[in-house]
Amino acid sequence: MNRYTVAVLVRNRFGVLNRVTSMFRRRQFNISSLTVSETEVPEFSRITVLFDGAEAQKQQLVSQLYKLPDVCFVRELSPEASVSFELMLIKLEAGADEKNEILATAGEFDAKIVDESEDTIIFQVAADSHELDSCIRLMQKFTILEICRTGCVSLEKGRTTIREMFNQ
Amino acid sequence: MKLSGADIIVKTLIEQGCDVTFGYPGGQILDVYDSLYRFGGEIRHILTAHEQGAAHAADGYARATGRVGVVFATSGPGATNLVTGIATAYLDSVPMVAITGNVMTSQIGYDSFQEIDITGITLPITKHNYFVGSVEELADTIREAFTLALSGRPGPVLVDVPKDIQQAMCEYTPQKAATPMEKVAAKDARIQAAADCINESKRPFIYFGGGVIAGNAAEEMLALADKIDAPMGSSMMGLSAVPTDHPRFLGMQGMHGHYASSVAMHNADCIIALGVRFSDRVIGDKDKFAQETKIIHIDIDGSELSKTVAEDHSLRADLKMTLAKLLPRVNQTSHPDWQADVTAYRQKEAELSDRREGMTPKNVLSLLNGYLQANTPVVTDVGQHQMWSAQYLNFKNSRRFISSGGLGTMGFGIGAAIGASIATGEKTVLVTGDGSFSMTLQELATAVSENIPLVILIFNNGVLGMVRQWQTLFFDKHYASSVLERQTDYVALARAFGAEGERVLDLSGLKAALDKAFDSAGPYLIDCVIDKDEFVLPMLPPGGSVDEMIVKAGDEA
Repeated sequence: MNRYTVAVLVRNRFGVLNRVTSMFRRRQFNISSLTVSETEVPEFSRITVLFDGAEAQKQQLVSQLYKLPDVCFVRELSPEASVSFELMLIKLEAGADEKNEILATAGEFDAKIVDESEDTIIFQVAADSHELDSCIRLMQKFTILEICRTGCVSLEKGRTTIREMFNQ
Repeated sequence: MKLSGADIIVKTLIEQGCDVTFGYPGGQILDVYDSLYRFGGEIRHILTAHEQGAAHAADGYARATGRVGVVFATSGPGATNLVTGIATAYLDSVPMVAITGNVMTSQIGYDSFQEIDITGITLPITKHNYFVGSVEELADTIREAFTLALSGRPGPVLVDVPKDIQQAMCEYTPQKAATPMEKVAAKDARIQAAADCINESKRPFIYFGGGVIAGNAAEEMLALADKIDAPMGSSMMGLSAVPTDHPRFLGMQGMHGHYASSVAMHNADCIIALGVRFSDRVIGDKDKFAQETKIIHIDIDGSELSKTVAEDHSLRADLKMTLAKLLPRVNQTSHPDWQADVTAYRQKEAELSDRREGMTPKNVLSLLNGYLQANTPVVTDVGQHQMWSAQYLNFKNSRRFISSGGLGTMGFGIGAAIGASIATGEKTVLVTGDGSFSMTLQELATAVSENIPLVILIFNNGVLGMVRQWQTLFFDKHYASSVLERQTDYVALARAFGAEGERVLDLSGLKAALDKAFDSAGPYLIDCVIDKDEFVLPMLPPGGSVDEMIVKAGDEA
């Protein structure tokens, strides 16, 4: 089983996310993260999918995506040739006795403090999904109150853009 | 000119070359029906007894012609009644445009009377669907729906139009009929690689499906078969693509396929799969299927390539264009040893064949064969009678065997037969069973009111035959809910609907009845009584392989 990052350029139309996720559901694709947002041009949205499976299944996922008329271009992004980030907000109990240790751990992940109360703290962490998983593991020795993650976004390195590839 | 949305719908259909539509009116599509009334001289509408029948009729129309079948329904239950018909078309790649009315835009989302989210419901069973939010986009949406339905692998598209959009006014300019998106052949290098593989093969076999019919590629396929000396077999959806009596054609593949066809594919060293999808009904256990065999697969739908079985050469491309480029690259050859094997398989099949006298399914259908013209559409329902029809009926011309393959929809037959007859103007035959027929028999009313020249042959065994066969083989003869303790008098039923009919108990009676039925101008029902314990054979047990084939009754013990 491999993890694949797939970027999907879609027409920015009402219901397009539903069409894509409905197809994933009915064909039982194992999706671990999915994000959608508008792009640099209003006609298109971009979906980033993290998919776990074998190569043949990934091929099937790409082929099935292309059968949806609203899907314009599908691009698999390799870890080497792309940058991937996910944003996490993590709220911890932070009494005076543990606060320093929490801050030290958070420092390893370039976590930014976005809220502090008397006995709690919220960090914002941006990293790839694996790194966020490690961050959570390390934070588990403290008391985690809440976590919220955005899912992964990914861009290809260098000059290449998915819209350019679509236009060609 | 400025037209209402309803007029734009009808005018756009006319501009797209649509000459007949099927459907059923209701509150939220009344505006469209008013337009159909006023433009009745340019476009015909067939009122069915139920929306499901209308959807199957549009499907039958499309299968018989290759053109887009169009169906109308109102919102709510009208729309949901289309669902089985749309799903049937989706699984068998039939071009269809379904147009539904919906409540006014301002009432959407309030659980208004007869409001239903039909675009949500049909998302998994359409190629695409549209909720039309403004009258300005209406004409182009319908044009796009036609283009999509016909392009690539054909399929159904649904357009949902709220009532206020049907009533709103907008400028309309007629356009030319939509054409399918551009087709492409596979890349030369890929074609050459496939050709090399074929040239190395000693025992090539062509396995084809409905894609050969949809892609109009039978001529190129037969030329390939001749050049490389290959036998051929088809999925059920491929039937009628080549004449049944073509010397290279061994018949249908799969669970109830012809013995020679299944065994030849099993023993081939190279399977050339054309417009076909290796369905579970064909290959059985995919881990035991053709492990040592090279597989070349050409299909217009990339998602079918390597979906079920591992393939050596997968070509996503138009079949006709790709075969035309493949032909000059394969060597003219002959395989006498392989042909000798194939002859032996055929002999074995002949030895196994059913030679009983009397009202056996084979004898009934052999008799029917004598009445079929080259252009007679034969439509079936689903079950034993369907498999017997696929095994025993002879076809000359393409698109003349019309049957629900992928979804296996009991109740498909009579609606589809009405559509096929209207599309072709031909005397049409419906072969059905008492189980299937009873699901949608209200469409007899449509057949009568439209005076459809329809021969309805019911295999009446008083049981759900295919269910019974499985219960006999796999459930210790526990005939749970498969014995129909009904007292339906099908002849009286036909008369009640205004049709003619008779019951037959033997072959001479059947012959006399067929004579009358084929002479009759309107629908004629033949209630043909057969034994409840007839089997469809051979049979590959579900999930089994060719080695486990049950070839004659008693084998299962």
